[in-house]
Amino acid sequence: MTSQEIFEQLKRKFGDKILTCEEPAGPVPPCGSGAGNSPALAGLKIEPAALPEVMSFLKDSPEFYFDSLMCLSGVDYPGLPAGEAGHLTVVYHLFSTSHNHKIVLKTTVSKGAHFIPTVSHIWPAADWFEREAYDLLGIKFEGHPNLTRILMPDDWAGHPLRKDYQYPKEYHGVPHS
Amino acid sequence: MNEMRGIETEEMIINMGPQHPSTHGVLKLVIKTDGEVVSEITPVIGFLHRGLEKIAERLKYQQFMPYTDRLDYLASMNCNFAYAATVEKLAGIQVPERAEYIRVIMAELNRIASHLVFLGTSGLEAGAWTPLLYGFREREKILDLFEMTCGQRLTYNYYRFGGVAQDLPAGFIEKAKEFCDYFEPKLKEYNDLLSYNRIFINRMAHIGVLTPETAIAYGVTGPNLRAGGVKWDIRKNEPYSVYQKFDFDIPVGRGEVGETGDAWDRYMVRIREMGQSLKIVRQALEMIPAGEYCAKVPRMFKPPAGEVYCRFENPRGDLGFYLVSDGSQNPYRLKIRAPSFSNLSVISVLGAGTMISDLIMIVGSLDIILPEIDR
Repeated sequence: MTSQEIFEQLKRKFGDKILTCEEPAGPVPPCGSGAGNSPALAGLKIEPAALPEVMSFLKDSPEFYFDSLMCLSGVDYPGLPAGEAGHLTVVYHLFSTSHNHKIVLKTTVSKGAHFIPTVSHIWPAADWFEREAYDLLGIKFEGHPNLTRILMPDDWAGHPLRKDYQYPKEYHGVPHS
Repeated sequence: MNEMRGIETEEMIINMGPQHPSTHGVLKLVIKTDGEVVSEITPVIGFLHRGLEKIAERLKYQQFMPYTDRLDYLASMNCNFAYAATVEKLAGIQVPERAEYIRVIMAELNRIASHLVFLGTSGLEAGAWTPLLYGFREREKILDLFEMTCGQRLTYNYYRFGGVAQDLPAGFIEKAKEFCDYFEPKLKEYNDLLSYNRIFINRMAHIGVLTPETAIAYGVTGPNLRAGGVKWDIRKNEPYSVYQKFDFDIPVGRGEVGETGDAWDRYMVRIREMGQSLKIVRQALEMIPAGEYCAKVPRMFKPPAGEVYCRFENPRGDLGFYLVSDGSQNPYRLKIRAPSFSNLSVISVLGAGTMISDLIMIVGSLDIILPEIDR
């Protein structure tokens, strides 16, 4: 199934909770070493609140059966749209081992109230991915069983992959050069 | 028995690592044990965190290439390959055919070298010293080939966008063929020495059985997934570069000496994969065309705004790069989905209920490497 077909089916089932289907960003011609990897995928934007429902459906329904969460990434988009505090986006790359199709889902929250429901109960792989996104970007996943830092030290201040991250002057007496 | 009743027993918490020979780097496993039996495992990672994803945002695209060497340093060529191909896809760069062949030859030789280290350390974990020496003996020859090609023996920095840094040196093809002839009989030697050794089988069979369902749910990929009987290999299922031109099989675990997906299957899949990689190298050496080794790509370039997610078959599983470009000279965001990261996360399921000594074998059989977990 292509992203567009999946989007239409989801739209019929969930209505306005599925916001848009982005066109594959950028002109990506089928060349280069990565050619075999399927063409650039469109991203489906969904509302954070609808995540658990939509994700469970995507995983369990036989026509989709997205059993594999390939990647979960957080991205910081400060000031989008301009003048606002900025947004954090979580990107889910899903793959179905039996149907061999892929999809990209995105959900966005403003930095003020950055709570996104967890999907770690749907794909256990999300457990560590979400901890990483929390650690490096400060995205809080609601309902995660153990949302603690994973790569940075427990007492680290701030989230380094934020675009407005301030480098610390020192850490336990070790100066930052 | 009666006087034993009054003795209080309680679970004990042991830190395995961060410095422990079986952790292949700096990894801490906090294990709760009931005598010799492990009841709970909490991996603690991040000791080698260097902030590679943050560094990527501050560098130009090409400048990040040497950092990919330091992801999985036992398979630097494969990491270079994955990063180069991801950026090429984003920027729409064509790669000359000769370059693709050189890339595949290097990546497959590096896969063999990486699995040879695995062979050596697997033996070591079971208390056998000899396989380590055998594995490193052959690995040296591969490193000689790499040194001849790019001057480096560990961190190669050999791939460029559009091809590779320089053409194959004079005499490389002959030397590589010589290596193939030398290496082929060695696989049998490993099997005689270690794989079918009764003591080793008793040690490895039936422990740490990873079912395909658990593996997929936890994002486990590569040989660890294939050991469970899943015939899934990106080189075959979503062929990139010129992999579709080669004839090779995907070895999967069959539970020959124990259960499908046990530690021995994970070990054996890798031994068999070396044979398949060798087959690819032989074909590539025969088929390599003449021509350019690198397309003309300016050193500083701006890919169009957009994003791409590509995954590649590394020796340890799917290495994925999620690359977001805002049209500037630097990546806007580079998320590295390292295979060992997900492969390690399953250890709390796999190791629960085993003996401490088996846990060491299970961690070893997952063939994790810490620098790519911690990034």
